[in-house]
Amino acid sequence: MPPARSRPGAPARDPALAARVLWLSLALVLLWPLGAATEFRPWVLWAPENRKVTADFVRSFWPLVYSAEFMQMVLRETWRTVAMATAGVTLALVLAVPLSLLATRVLSLSALSGRMGRWPAVLRWCVRATLIVLRSIPELVWALVFVRVVGLGPTAGVLAIALTYGGMLGKVYAEILESGESHATQTLMRNGSGRLQAFVYALLPSHAAELASYTVYRWECAIRSSVVLGFVGAGGLGQQLDNSMKMFNGGEVATLLLVFIALVALADRVSAWLRKALA
Amino acid sequence: MKPEMQPLRRSFPGEAANPPWKLPPPLFDARCRACWFTAALLVLVLASFVSLELDWAAFASIEAARSMGRFVAEFFPPDLSPVFVHKVVWAAWETLAMSALGTLMAAALGLALAVPASRMSSQDPAWLRSPTRWLLNALRAIPELVWAALLLISAGLGPMAGTLALALHTSGVLGRLFAEAMENVPTGPGDALRTQGVGSLRVFAYATLPQVLPQLMSYTLYRWENNIRAAAVLGVVGAGGLGQLLSFHMGLFHMNKTATILGAMLLMVACVDALSFAARRWLTR
Repeated sequence: MPPARSRPGAPARDPALAARVLWLSLALVLLWPLGAATEFRPWVLWAPENRKVTADFVRSFWPLVYSAEFMQMVLRETWRTVAMATAGVTLALVLAVPLSLLATRVLSLSALSGRMGRWPAVLRWCVRATLIVLRSIPELVWALVFVRVVGLGPTAGVLAIALTYGGMLGKVYAEILESGESHATQTLMRNGSGRLQAFVYALLPSHAAELASYTVYRWECAIRSSVVLGFVGAGGLGQQLDNSMKMFNGGEVATLLLVFIALVALADRVSAWLRKALA
Repeated sequence: MKPEMQPLRRSFPGEAANPPWKLPPPLFDARCRACWFTAALLVLVLASFVSLELDWAAFASIEAARSMGRFVAEFFPPDLSPVFVHKVVWAAWETLAMSALGTLMAAALGLALAVPASRMSSQDPAWLRSPTRWLLNALRAIPELVWAALLLISAGLGPMAGTLALALHTSGVLGRLFAEAMENVPTGPGDALRTQGVGSLRVFAYATLPQVLPQLMSYTLYRWENNIRAAAVLGVVGAGGLGQLLSFHMGLFHMNKTATILGAMLLMVACVDALSFAARRWLTR
C-alpha cells in the first residue's frame, strides 16, 4: 500500500502537535531552575582562556610517561589499590556475616510458631537499621573522617571500605537468605537443631552460590571505589592521579588513566569468570 | 562385580552423600578446583594485609578510641542556626539539580551513542559498533570523581564540573544498557517497515524506540537514584553540592557544621531510598 504521504494535496500536519509543544515547553520550564542551580554555562568551556588551558593539558597527554621508575611506582600503587579493596572486603565480611545472621528472619525460633517474639523482633529491627546507616554514608565520607582520625594512608581507606561494604553486604546477605525456600531450615529447627546448625546445613547450601557471587561482585566494586578513595589521601592509584593532575603532568595522568581502565576491565573479566564458575 | 558398583571417591545419585564407612575426602586434592580457588583467595587476602602495613595500633588501642570519641563528641551539637541551615538546604538542592541535569544529559548522550553501538538488523553492517563500545567502556570505567577532577581544569570550580562529570560517566553506563536493550528488541515491527522501503531513521523512530522506551526510562530512573548519592560526594574535589560544603567545613575543623551537613546527606539518601522503594513497590504491584 502506498503511504498516505504520497497523496497529493494531503495536509502535512502532525496530529499530536499541540501535545508535543506543550510537553516540550513544560520540560524547558522545568529545566530552567536546574540549569540555574548548577550554574550550567557550557559556553564557559569555549571561553578563550579556558580553551587554551584545556588544549594545553590535553596536548600534554602525549607522549605517555613510561620511564622504568614511574612504571615501578604505578605497579606498586596498582597492587596497593587491589590490596586495599581485598582487605576492606575481608574486614567487611567480618562485620557483615554475624550481623546478617542476626538480621535474618528465617533463623528465628520464636517465629516458627506464628509471630516472632517482641524482643527478637526489636533486635532484628535494630540490626537492620545499623546496616542501613552503615551503607547510606558513602565510603568517601567515611574515608574523610578516618583520614582525620588515623592519618593519611591505606588504613583510612580500608576502614572506610570495611564499614560501607559491611553494611551493604550484610543487608543483601540477609535479603538473599530470606528470599529462598525456607522449608528445610524450618524442618531442622522444628526438630530441635540449633539456629547455627540450621544455617550451616540447610540455609547456607541452598544460597551459597548466590552469596559468593554477590561477594565477588562487591569486590569488583571495591576496587573501583578504592581508586576514588585515593583522592582524599588514602593511597593507591587515586592519590598518584590526584598528584599528577595537580601538577598538570598530562603524560602521567594519561598513563595512570590507561592503567586504571585496564585494571577495571581486568577486575570485570575476573569477576564475571568467577561468578560463572560459582553459579 | 560391575564397575559402577566399586566404591569411588565421588558420590553418585542413589548413594548417601557421605556414607558412614568412608573416610572424609582429603583436604587438598590437585584436581579440586575449589581447593585451588580457596588457596588463591587465602594467599590474596594474606598478601593484602601484609603488604599494606596497616596501622592496627591506630584504631585498636585505648588512645585511638579516646581520640575517636573526642572527634565524635566535637560533632555535637550540630549547627542548626537558620543561616547555616538555609545554606545546607541550598547545597542539597544544588546536589539534586546536578544529579537530575547530569542524568538527563547522560540519557540523551547515551541514546546518541547507543544507536551506533547496536546492530539494528541482521543486514546492518554496524561498522561503528566496536569503536563506539570501546568509547562507552572508557567513559564508564573512569569514575565520576575522576571525571570531575579532570573537568575542573576546563570548567573551573563549581557545580557545572560535577554535572558534566556525572553526565559523562553515566552516559557510558546508560549507553551500554541502551544498546543492549535495542539489540534484544523483537525484530518483527522493524523488519515489516524495512521491507516496505522505510528509511532507517524512521524505522528507529517508529519501531525500535517505542518498544524499548519503557526499559530506557527505568534504566534512567535507576541511574538517577545512583547519581543522587554520587553527586553528594562529588564536591569533595570541588565540584559543588553538599560535598563541597562538607570538605570546606571539615578542612576548617568546623565540626558542628560538618555534623549538620552529614545529617543532611544521610537524610537525603534515606529519602531517596524510601521513595525508590515505594515507587518500585507501586510499579510492580
